[in-house]
Amino acid sequence: MSTSTQTIEELANREYRYGFVTDVEQDSAPRGLNEDIVRLISAKKHEPAWLLEWRLKAYRTWLTMKEPTWANIKYGPIDYQDVIYYAAPKKKPALRSLDEVDPEVRRTFEKLGIPLHEQKLLSGVAVDAVFDSVSVATTFKEKLGELGIIFCSFSEAVQNHPELVRKYLGSVVPYSDNFFATLNSAVFSDGSFAYIPKDVRCPMELSTYFRINAKDTGQFERTLIVAEEGAYVSYLEGCTAPMRDENQLHAAVVELIALDNATIKYSTVQNWYPGDKEGKGGIYNFVTKRGKCLGVDSKITWTQVETGSAITWKYPGCILQGDNSVGEFYSVATTNNYQQADTGTKMIHLGRNTKSTIVSKGISAGHGQNTYRGLVKIAKQARGARNYSQCDSLLIGDRCGAHTFPYLEIKNTTAKVEHEASTSKIGEDQIFYCRQRGLSTEDAVNLIVSGFCREVFRQLPMEFAVEAQKLLSVTLEGSVG
Amino acid sequence: MLTVTNLHVRGGDREILRGIHLSIDAGEVHAIMGPNGSGKSTLARVLAGHPEYEVTEGTVLYDGRDLLAMDPESRAREGVFMAFQYPVEIPGVNNAYFLKAALNALRRHRGQEELDAMEFMSLVRARMQLLAMDETLLTRPVNEGFSGGEKKRNEIFQMAVLEPRLAILDETDSGLDIDALKIVAAGVTAMRTPERAILVVTHYQRLLNYIVPDVVHVLTDGRVVRSGGKELALELEEKGYGWLEADEVAAAATGKA
Repeated sequence: MSTSTQTIEELANREYRYGFVTDVEQDSAPRGLNEDIVRLISAKKHEPAWLLEWRLKAYRTWLTMKEPTWANIKYGPIDYQDVIYYAAPKKKPALRSLDEVDPEVRRTFEKLGIPLHEQKLLSGVAVDAVFDSVSVATTFKEKLGELGIIFCSFSEAVQNHPELVRKYLGSVVPYSDNFFATLNSAVFSDGSFAYIPKDVRCPMELSTYFRINAKDTGQFERTLIVAEEGAYVSYLEGCTAPMRDENQLHAAVVELIALDNATIKYSTVQNWYPGDKEGKGGIYNFVTKRGKCLGVDSKITWTQVETGSAITWKYPGCILQGDNSVGEFYSVATTNNYQQADTGTKMIHLGRNTKSTIVSKGISAGHGQNTYRGLVKIAKQARGARNYSQCDSLLIGDRCGAHTFPYLEIKNTTAKVEHEASTSKIGEDQIFYCRQRGLSTEDAVNLIVSGFCREVFRQLPMEFAVEAQKLLSVTLEGSVG
Repeated sequence: MLTVTNLHVRGGDREILRGIHLSIDAGEVHAIMGPNGSGKSTLARVLAGHPEYEVTEGTVLYDGRDLLAMDPESRAREGVFMAFQYPVEIPGVNNAYFLKAALNALRRHRGQEELDAMEFMSLVRARMQLLAMDETLLTRPVNEGFSGGEKKRNEIFQMAVLEPRLAILDETDSGLDIDALKIVAAGVTAMRTPERAILVVTHYQRLLNYIVPDVVHVLTDGRVVRSGGKELALELEEKGYGWLEADEVAAAATGKA
């Protein structure tokens, strides 16, 4: 094709910036999965008997389940006996202060731009940093504690707030939910826990940063967020991994619970290693995220920017149980080179006058395959439910693909459901127009893509939106055809 | 400023321009007229560096430099501006944001400081008045949902902000009603300076009542068949393009004999 195609191809070869490996002594479980491994993980964490039982039930259920094949993704068989299910930096971080974090691990997070020193934090974000399977540091704990907000690693929550964990764990994503969530339920090692008490508006963004470091290790974290009546919280999640030739498994579960009048905003910028330009290596990202609007007038908003992973399989959903509750899903998913994404949402309307909004933006470049898969279900008793869905696809080049699978199950005649979809290509004319005004091809593509994603980016907290936009431009460099 | 010599251009499998000669000095306004399919828009787009054309022969010098060797953004940064016949929509990108990015790309190239939001807005407000533009156009996405007239006005507004040395107007009059045409023409006329050259591509003489050219060139079938003063446009209006085509056929026949 034209000269601009070549220019863009040349820009393609930028490397993944987070692909370094940290050299720390690891305490790992032997490869493979059996009941002993499940018991070992539970014992390492000094868990109460009920939790071990729950894990074992999950494990036994998992043995009876089959890996799902319905998604529009292709990958070789995963050998679940060849995965290491538990790895932790050896210096046990029983931390009294952040200064006790292993200096190597701390340097890793500094390199990633995640400061673990509270005094260095200016942006007012409290961070829980998870390195391989364990949480290494949580910042601003005391300050949040003054408001009664609990923000800590999942393991700590099990020790210090077992009644809350027991009450809500598995209440949104049961241990038998699906193959990957069930696997997670058996072997999850850590994650974040947040609890916002009644009528408290969390004064800062809560954030978890996940880092996979160890080789051949799966990361199975579990996040649980509970917002009591009238509470508000905005939660951010980020993640990176080293570049490795082997594929690595990531199977996380996130559960959100919003009680009466509570609001939870959950934002993700997913930047796992996507594999190289030939499609070698990269993270297999099989994630179950679900929120329950349990109370009346509650609201859950998922915002995701998915730029990494070789495979993304992810459907953050909302169960709209409380009357007048609101579920929102804003998504940008990008696939370049040989990345594949099958992602979307599930909005389950149970309560009356429940409302959901879905805005999905898929961007495919290179040989990338991008699928939107979304379910809108309006139950029989859900009078006056409303849904609006908008799925837009942007194609860059002619070797990629965009697919849309909307599922609608409407059992109540008063429902109002709207679905809009569009597919467009970045045109040579758009690029030429920008270049004629003095912008480089690269800037032109970034500008057009950011315009395409605008509705989603505006949902993100400011600094996060800037970061997301930068990531997107890195992901798409060299992709226009 | 601009010297086009024996320019031959292919688009697809067809030769569209077949030996164009043209010379424009700073401070001049030249009009290119011609029937549909004569190649006048192709000439404008080739000068701006559109990638769909292939130059097979000839040279274009801009301030003594080889314009054809420069990529489109370098031409723009060196002061070449084209007002598009069909301005392109960029959904979701705010018009002001786009223009600020463009202006700062030009300023960076010239080693000038980038303008901050305040400085940019005061510049923009002044230029908007020139074209009687509604300020809400600034916050709307680039050309999206603009009427035909608004799009054309937006092009000239961009030109007023970017202050090119060589401005090429590709059928800016098409799709404009008479009031909009007057406003656009007044905006362009206000930008006539001794340092700036303007090339107006148009099918109709009408625009030239308001942007009075120094030189008029008539393009037929990929060649300049006649050049003259502003009276030439009026003569064309009266006699139609057929008059010149007949002339050209006669000339060609004479040449053969």
